[in-house]
Parts: sequence; structure tokens; C-alpha cells
Amino acid sequence: MAALFGPRANSLAIVMIVGVLTLAVLFAVAAYLFYRSPYQTAVGYAPEQPVPFSHRHHVGGLGIDCQYCHASAETSDFAGIPATHTCMTCHSREWTNAEMLAPVRQSLAREEPLRWVRVHNLADYVYFSHRAHVNNGVGCESCHGRVDRMPLMVQRKPLTMQWCLECHRNPAPELRPENRITAMGYVPAEEGIAGSELIEHYGTPLDRLTECTTCHR
Amino acid sequence: MSRLAALVMAALGVAIAGCDQPEMRFQPKYSTYDEAARWPDNQAARQPVAGTVARDQRLEPLARTLPVALDRRLLDRGQERYEIFCSPCHAASGYGNGMVVQRGFPAPPSLHSERLRDAPLRHFVDVITEGFGVMYSYRDRVPMEDRWAIAAYLRALQLSQQIPYDTLSAAQHSRLETDTREAP
Ligand code: HEC
Ligand code: HEC
Ligand code: HEC
Ligand code: HEC
Ligand code: HEC
Ligand code: HEC
Repeated sequence: MAALFGPRANSLAIVMIVGVLTLAVLFAVAAYLFYRSPYQTAVGYAPEQPVPFSHRHHVGGLGIDCQYCHASAETSDFAGIPATHTCMTCHSREWTNAEMLAPVRQSLAREEPLRWVRVHNLADYVYFSHRAHVNNGVGCESCHGRVDRMPLMVQRKPLTMQWCLECHRNPAPELRPENRITAMGYVPAEEGIAGSELIEHYGTPLDRLTECTTCHR
Repeated sequence: MSRLAALVMAALGVAIAGCDQPEMRFQPKYSTYDEAARWPDNQAARQPVAGTVARDQRLEPLARTLPVALDRRLLDRGQERYEIFCSPCHAASGYGNGMVVQRGFPAPPSLHSERLRDAPLRHFVDVITEGFGVMYSYRDRVPMEDRWAIAAYLRALQLSQQIPYDTLSAAQHSRLETDTREAP
């Protein structure tokens, strides 16, 4: 009876075993990369808006503070999207005939809110609060990036659990004093207030920050 | 037998962990500003019924003058709020040449005029609450306590521009004379 396996079978077997294992690992790596890629985490997501509202113009150019428009960031979980009335505090007299602003005027006349498209959106099983962060030394820039350079709002951070935890495990280097929360281009390390000092100042509950029930409740 | 059961349970556990759970990610509930087809205006955010009183709302009539203690904290808060909500037009200095005015918005009067220096604090609170001429109301974004804080800060800002030269110390005189920065 002829040998079932020829002399090459041994090396073939090794090639196949190694090949299959390599493929499996490659697949896992690819799946993980995909899972963490901007495609999944929506980094870079910048949907078209009903009015091409420019943060670069209003924040970077005119120097308006975030809270002029997102006034509830300090008092509620939700940062708040400005009402049409807020745009009109200036645009009643400013660029009043611009075609670009026609939807704003229409919204005011018809008493219908503008339909902004949501950019950042956490899964519904995650609890998030602006108030908890903004009043305790975490600046808008840490989570939203250089808003003052965005002609159109875009998501800059992955908003994954890993990303939240990276900061929650060690928030000290990210903390700012109260009067720099909405500042853009602020570098905590250069300002000379040690993170440990700010942790003490705010009484940051370090032990609680990595508990599952902090974010899943 | 129990080993088989354990195996089945483990396999089921692994299988369930593999499931995507879109219904947890998008739960059938309204979040702030969602659309809500069944409600008027198609909005989940409701307008309170006319006459609604907030739980922590103060019911006594609006005070005639500052109802809280005047201290550093109040002034700091007033300054912060003034710089957020008022400085785009009135400028940090109060002279009325803020950034938005430089881009064509009608110029507000200087807050250092004699009339406004004599005005009671309550006047500033009323202007913030009701608006004034082309200036819109800020009642939706500046709560009552903050209006008083801003009013108190405005008075301090006015005083800062009215200090007689003679009352300054010698050190302050020399600083004034050597300071080459322009007024903001
Ligand atoms: C003049 C008003 C105004 C100012 C000032 C302003 N914003 Fe906005 N912001 C808006 C409007 C309107 C939208 C909704 C349209 C959009 O997404 O671009 C928005 C959207 C956003 C969003 C995205 C919301 C979403 O859908 O996920 C973020 C984040 C944000 N702003 C952060 C900031 C920060 C940080 C600052 C201060 C540096 C700031 N904004 C200042 C008006 C303003
Ligand atoms: C504090 C004053 C202020 C507020 C509030 C404000 N704007 Fe403006 N906006 C301006 C000024 C001033 C300009 C003109 C800028 C210039 O001349 O450089 C402008 C320009 C614009 C433009 C056209 C210029 C451009 O390319 O961005 C749009 C569109 C616009 N605003 C939309 C909005 C919307 C929508 C809101 C409400 C969420 C809003 N603005 C709130 C002051 C304001
Ligand atoms: C710790 C991170 C963090 C900080 C700090 C932060 N944000 Fe956000 N922001 C988020 C996340 C996460 C969301 C999405 C929330 C959701 O989907 O429920 C969001 C959403 C928003 C939105 C959309 C409306 C909303 O509330 O869901 C606006 C506007 C906004 N942020 C503005 C701001 C401004 C202005 C500041 C600073 C004053 C700020 N954010 C600070 C993480 C942050
Ligand atoms: C840049 C740092 C940073 C990032 C990013 C961050 N956090 Fe936080 N978070 C903090 C700090 C600091 C506190 C503690 C605030 C305090 O002093 O109470 C906190 C507090 C919280 C709290 C309140 C805890 C409590 O019980 O008071 C929640 C909920 C929370 N974070 C959720 C999130 C979620 C969800 C994300 C991701 C989407 C996130 N955070 C991203 C820094 C961060
Ligand atoms: C700082 C906030 C935070 C803490 C603490 C936290 N999580 Fe999460 N978790 C998140 C966020 C944000 C997401 C959403 C991730 C996404 O959408 O990709 C998430 C998602 C999840 C998911 C779903 C994952 C998926 O891909 O579907 C599970 C399961 C989970 N968390 C379990 C836990 C457990 C167990 C703990 C405690 C050890 C914990 N989380 C602690 C913020 C947190
Ligand atoms: C969008 C620009 C703008 C902003 C922002 C603004 N104002 Fe004004 N304000 C004006 C203009 C313009 C006038 C003059 C109105 C007129 O005479 O028709 C005015 C008038 C006033 C007056 C004078 C009233 C009088 O008796 O003559 C006071 C006081 C005042 N504003 C306070 C404030 C305070 C406090 C804030 C912040 C909460 C604020 N303003 C924000 C534009 C603005």
C-alpha cells in the first residue's frame, strides 16, 4: 500500500498549522482595528447642518464663550443647543439678509426649532453628565478638541469606554482651574498648577471614577 | 450530567456575549431634544404649562435692591457672567465697543455714563430680564441670582473708572505713568 502521506506532508502540515494560526491572529487584529477605527467610533464625523454654523467664526473669530450658547453645561447633564432666540440676539441686526441665515429667520417666524443634526451620541446605556465634569475641572477641549478651529462641528474623540477610562484612571494631567474650563488651546502642563493640587482643590472622588455604576446606572 | 449542563451554560454565555444589542444602544425612550411625533410641535422637550412654578423658585416679589450679601464671591461670579453674556457687545471695559459691535451691531451706550452710574442696581436686573430696545432679554440663560451678581459687578466696574487720581498711592501713580498698554 502506498504511503498515505508523501515526504512533503510534514512541511505542508507545519505550513498549514502556522498559516491557519496566522490567519486567525490577523483576523482578530483586523477586527479589533476595525472596532476601534474612526469608522466604528465616528471620529471625524461631521454631518451637514441646516445652517452652516461655524464655531471657528463665532468662537475663534468673535471670541464668544461657549456658555453664551451652551448655557446649561454648568447646571445640567446636557450642555444644551442654543434656541433660535439666542442666534437672534445678534442676528436681529447682524447679517440680516444673508441667504445662509434664512432657515434661522424662518424658524423664528414659524416658531419651529431648527433641526440640528446630532454629532456626539453615546449609547443609551451610558450615563454622562456635563455638570459633573465642567464644574470639577475638566475643560470642553479635553473631550471636544479645538472647537475654535472647526468651520463645521466634528467629533474629535472616540467616546469609547476605553477613552473615558483612560482619563478616569488618572485625571490629574487633564484638570484645569475654574476660569479656564471653556478656554481653547490651554495646556494644563504649562500653566504651572500641579494636577495633584487641583485634585485636592476639587476633591475629585478618584476611587469612584472607575466603578461600573458611575457610568452604567 | 452536571458537567454537560455547565458546558451548555458556558457555551450559551459565550454565544450571548457575541450578540450585538442594538435595543440597548437605542432604547425606546426620549432623550433631550428628540423628536416626538405624538406630541404637539413634534418635540420631546415640553414647554411648561403657563403659570408653572419651579420647585426652587422664590415667590416673594423681586427685591428692590441686592437681596444677598455683597462679597468677593458674588463679584467674581458677576464678572464671569458679565464676560460671557455681555462683553460681546458692551466690551469687558463696559464702554460698548465689543467684538460684535465692531462687526456692525448697533453700539450700546457706555455703562459709565452719569445716568447709568446713578441708576439703581435693580435697573440692570430689569434690563437683563426684559431686554432694552435692540438688546434682547437674557432671562432664559441668566438666572435671577446671576442677574444680581452681574448688577453688583457692573457697579464695581463703574467705580473702577471713577477713582480720583489724588487718592492713588505713589506706587500706583508711577505704575500708571510707566504702563504703556492701551486701554482694552
Ligand atoms: C454662537 C453660539 C455658539 C457658541 C458660542 C458655541 N457653540 Fe457649540 N454649537 C452651537 C450650535 C448652533 C450647535 C449645533 C450645530 C452644530 O453641531 O454645529 C453647536 C454644537 C456644538 C457641539 C456638538 C453638539 C452635537 O450635536 O454633538 C459641541 C461639542 C459644541 N457645540 C461645543 C462648543 C464649545 C466647546 C464651544 C466653546 C468653545 C461652543 N460650542 C461655542 C452654537 C454655539
Ligand atoms: C454674539 C453674537 C452672535 C451670536 C449669538 C450668533 N452669531 Fe452668527 N455671526 C455673528 C457675527 C458678528 C457674524 C459676522 C461675522 C463677520 O462679519 O466676520 C456672524 C456670522 C454668521 C454666519 C455667516 C458667517 C459664517 O460664515 O459663519 C452664520 C451662518 C451665522 N452667523 C449663524 C449663526 C447661528 C445659527 C447662530 C445661533 C446658534 C448665531 N450665528 C449666533 C454674531 C453672532
Ligand atoms: C468629559 C468629557 C466632556 C466634556 C468635558 C465636555 N463634553 Fe460635551 N459632550 C461629551 C459627550 C460624551 C457628549 C455626548 C453626550 C450624549 O450623547 O449623551 C457631549 C455632547 C455635547 C453637546 C451636544 C448636546 C448634549 O449635551 O448632548 C454639546 C453642545 C456639548 N457637548 C458642548 C460642550 C461644552 C460647551 C463643554 C464645555 C463647557 C463640554 N461639552 C464639555 C463630552 C464632554
Ligand atoms: C478628560 C478627563 C475625563 C474624560 C475624558 C471623561 N471623564 Fe468623566 N469625570 C472626570 C473627572 C475628573 C470626574 C470627577 C468629577 C468630580 O470631581 O466629581 C468625572 C466624573 C464623571 C461622572 C460622575 C461621577 C460621580 O459619581 O460624580 C460620570 C458619570 C462620568 N465622569 C462619566 C464619563 C463618561 C461616560 C465619559 C466618556 C464618555 C467620561 N466621563 C470621560 C474626567 C473625565
Ligand atoms: C467612565 C465611564 C465608564 C465606566 C466606569 C464603565 N464603562 Fe462600560 N461603557 C462606557 C461607555 C462610554 C460605553 C460605550 C462604548 C461604545 O459605545 O463603544 C461602555 C460600554 C460598555 C459595554 C458594552 C460594550 C459593547 O461594545 O457593546 C459593557 C458590557 C460595559 N461597558 C461594561 C462595563 C463594566 C463591566 C464596567 C465596570 C468594570 C464598566 N463598563 C465601567 C463607559 C464606562
Ligand atoms: C448683542 C449685543 C448685546 C449684548 C450681548 C448685551 N447688550 Fe446690553 N445693550 C445692547 C444695546 C444695543 C443697547 C442699547 C439698546 C437701545 O438703546 O436700544 C444695550 C443697552 C444696555 C443697557 C442700558 C440701558 C439704559 O438704561 O440705557 C444696559 C444696562 C445693558 N445693556 C446691560 C447689559 C447686560 C448686563 C448684558 C449681559 C447680560 C448685556 N447688556 C448684553 C446690546 C447688548
